[in-house]
Amino acid sequence: MRFVDEFRDADKAHALAAKIAALCAPGREYKFMEVCGGHTHTIYKHGLEDYLPEAVTLVHGPGCPVCVIPMGRVDDAMHLAANPDVIMTSFGDMMRVPGSHGSFFDAKAAGTDIRMVYSPLDSLKIARQNPDKQVVFMAIGFETTAPSTAMTMLRAAAEGLANFSVFCNHVTIIPAIKAILDSPDLRLDGFIGPGHVSTVIGCRPYEFIASDYRKPVVVAGFEPLDILQSIYQLMLQLAEGRSAVENQYARVVPWDGNVVALKVIGQTMELRPYFEWRGLGFISHSALRVRDDFASMDAERLFSVPGVRVADPKACQCGEVLKGVLKPWECKVFGTACTPETPIGTCMVSPEGACAAYYNYGRMNRDRVPEAVRAGRP
Amino acid sequence: MTAAGPGAEPAQPGPGWIADALREHGHDHGHAERPEHPDGRQRLPVTGREQQVLDRIDRARRRPPRVREERITMSHGAGGKATQTLIEAVFLDAFRNPLLEPLEDAAELRFPVAAGDGAGPRLALTTDSYVVSPLFFPGGNIGDLAVNGTVNDLSVSGATPAYLTAGFILEEGFPVADLMRVVDSMRAAAAAAGVCVVTGDTKVVQRGKADGCYINTAGVGLIARDVTLGVANAKPGDAIIVSGPIGDHGITIMLARGELGIEADVRSDTAPLNGLVAELLRAVPAVRAMRDATRGGVATILNEIARAADVGVMVSEDDIPVRPEVRGASELLGIDPMYVACEGRLVAVVPGESADAALAALRAHPLGAESAVIGEVVAEQPGIVRLKTAFGGTRIVDLLVGDPLPRIC
Repeated sequence: MRFVDEFRDADKAHALAAKIAALCAPGREYKFMEVCGGHTHTIYKHGLEDYLPEAVTLVHGPGCPVCVIPMGRVDDAMHLAANPDVIMTSFGDMMRVPGSHGSFFDAKAAGTDIRMVYSPLDSLKIARQNPDKQVVFMAIGFETTAPSTAMTMLRAAAEGLANFSVFCNHVTIIPAIKAILDSPDLRLDGFIGPGHVSTVIGCRPYEFIASDYRKPVVVAGFEPLDILQSIYQLMLQLAEGRSAVENQYARVVPWDGNVVALKVIGQTMELRPYFEWRGLGFISHSALRVRDDFASMDAERLFSVPGVRVADPKACQCGEVLKGVLKPWECKVFGTACTPETPIGTCMVSPEGACAAYYNYGRMNRDRVPEAVRAGRP
Repeated sequence: MTAAGPGAEPAQPGPGWIADALREHGHDHGHAERPEHPDGRQRLPVTGREQQVLDRIDRARRRPPRVREERITMSHGAGGKATQTLIEAVFLDAFRNPLLEPLEDAAELRFPVAAGDGAGPRLALTTDSYVVSPLFFPGGNIGDLAVNGTVNDLSVSGATPAYLTAGFILEEGFPVADLMRVVDSMRAAAAAAGVCVVTGDTKVVQRGKADGCYINTAGVGLIARDVTLGVANAKPGDAIIVSGPIGDHGITIMLARGELGIEADVRSDTAPLNGLVAELLRAVPAVRAMRDATRGGVATILNEIARAADVGVMVSEDDIPVRPEVRGASELLGIDPMYVACEGRLVAVVPGESADAALAALRAHPLGAESAVIGEVVAEQPGIVRLKTAFGGTRIVDLLVGDPLPRIC
C-alpha cells in the first residue's frame, strides 16, 4: 500500500539498526522519551524494540490524551451525562475510562444517553436532530484535537445552534514536558517529539529543551521507520555533542506549525490558570477552557459540575508510568488486577496508553536483530 | 467495568481481587530457561523481575473468568475477551457437560447403534443468530449470511451439513418485500450448500422492540467416521493456513453503514465452505482443526488454538492475505484486519508435512484460490500468539478487548 509500506520497510530498518548500534558508546546507556502515545503504540505494534541495542531504552511519556484525564474530570463528565436533558458525545477512546462509578460504556448500558462520535462535528448533527436536548461534547486531547473542537464551536456559532456545548478538557503538551524535565526522579538523554501535536504548534516551542536543558529533540512521524530514524538522529546529536530541535516529520510538520489552527484555538479557548493531570498533579497553564465569548457553549458554565478532586485508586501507579519512572510491567497491579478488559488506570484503557500497548503487544520474551546485538562492541 | 454500583465502594474492582494480585506480586518463583534463537537473533535479556510479571499475568489469564459488569455491554457481543468471559462464566458454568465443554463451533453427538458394538453415526449440531445491520450489504444480506454461517460451523467441525432450522423475529412495520428478498437469498444459499430448511418459527414484536429482522438458524450434519477435529489437537510443527484474504465481510459491513464516510470496492465474502472443507479433508485426512473466522477474526481463532492446545502460535504479517481495499480502510479506521470478521474463510491447522498438500487442495477450489500458510504452531511461549510484523519486529496478537463496532453478523 502506497504511503504506508515505504515506512515499514524491514531492509531499511535493518540498515538503521546497524547505524544506531554503531553510535552506541561502550558502556553508555541511552534513555529517550517518546512523548506521544501514538508513538508508544507504533513502537509496540510493529515490534520496533527488536531493532534497538540493549543500551537504548525508550521511556513512554505523558502524551496520551485519555491517560492524563484525572478521575475527577471523568466523574464530572458522568455527572453531566446523567442529566436527562443532556446527550453526551465522546470519542471511542474515552468510553472505557473508569470513573469512580464505572465508565461511559457502563453508564450507556444502564441507559444514559452517551454516543460515540468519530468527529466533534458529528455532535452538531446530533444537536440538530435533537433540538430539545443539550448536546455536550467531551473534548479531550492535546493541541492535535483542539482545533477540531474549536472549528466545531465556530460552526455551531455560525449556525446559531443553541443546544451544543463543550466539556473542555484540552491540554497542552509543553508544560507537561517541562514538568517531566524538572522531575528529579528521571534522567533522560533526549526526546522523540510528538508529531501530530507539532503539526499544530510547530517545532519552535521545543527549543527551550535543547537550549536550556541541553537535550536533543527530534519531532517524529508515526510509522516505525520514522521513529527508528528519529532515534538515529538523537544518537547522532549525542555522539556529536549537540542538542538541537530537528524535524524528522517535515513531510507533515511545518517548522512554524499551523497558523490557522492556532488562530481558531485562540479564538475559542484560553489557558486555564491550572489543571490537574493524572499522575503529574496540578500544572499551571497546562490546559484550555472555553473563552468568555463562547460562554453559552461551555458545559462547565451551563451546568454545575461537582469539580471534586478524586484520588486515583490506591493500587494504581499510572502517575509513575506517565512520567516514565515506572515501566508498565513494574506497576503492582499490571496485568493481574488491571487489564485492558478491567482497567483500573487510564494507561491500560487507551490504545495509546503505555500499559495497554505493552499488555496487548509486548507482553512476551522478544528477540533482538543481529545488528542491534553488536552494539557497543569494538 | 467495575462491580461497584452507586453508593458502593467507589473506583475499584472488588478489593479482594486487588489484594489477590498484590499477594501474587510478592510471590517469588523461578522461570524456565529460554533457548538461544536461530537466524542470529538474540533473546533480549528479560530480567528476572519482568519474567516474574509475565508469569504472574499468565497465571491470572488462566484463572476461571468472572463477569464483573453489572449489565451487558456491546463488548459482550463483539467476539473478543468479553464474549469469551460471558460464555465461560455464565453459559458454560450453567450448562456444563462434556459435549459443550470443548466450545467448538458445533457439538458432536454420538448415537449408539441398536445392535452390535460398532460405533453409531456421529452428528454435529450448531446454532447461530443473525442481527447484522444493515440487513442488505454488498455481497449479500442477512439471509444468505444466516444459512452460510450455520453451514460453515458444521463444515469446519468436519460434518456434511444436511438440515437447517430457521427462526425469524420480525419487527412490526418491516416491509414484506424485504422479507421476500431475505428469504429468497436463504433459499438460494441453501440450494448452493446442498442443505434443506426443514422447520422454523416466526415471531413478530412491536415497532422499536427489534431492528427489522433477526434470524436464528440451527443445523445438523453427519460427521465422517474417521474425522477427529479440535483446536486442542494442535501440536508444535503444525502449519496454520487461512483459506483466503481476511476481513472482507467486517469491513464491508462497517462501510455499508455509511457512518464513516469511506467508500471502497469491497464485498462480503459470505459463502458456504462445505465444498472447500470436503476437498481439504479428502487431500489431508490428518487435518487437526478448522474454524471459520467470524466475529473476532483470525486473531481470535489463533488465540483459541494457543489456549486450547497450550502451545505457542507464530504467524507472519507478510504471509497473511489482506486485500488492499481492506488494508486501506483498516489503516484509516485504526483497526487490525486480524480482528475483522470473515463469513467465508476458514483457518486450518494441519501437520507441517501436510501443509503443501493442504494448500494445493484448498487452492484448487474457487473459494480457496488465495489460500496461504500464515504461520506455525510452536512449543515456545505456550498460550501466546506472536506476530512477526512486516516491519521485522515481533509482537503479541491478543484477544480483542472492547470492540466498539457491533452487529456485523
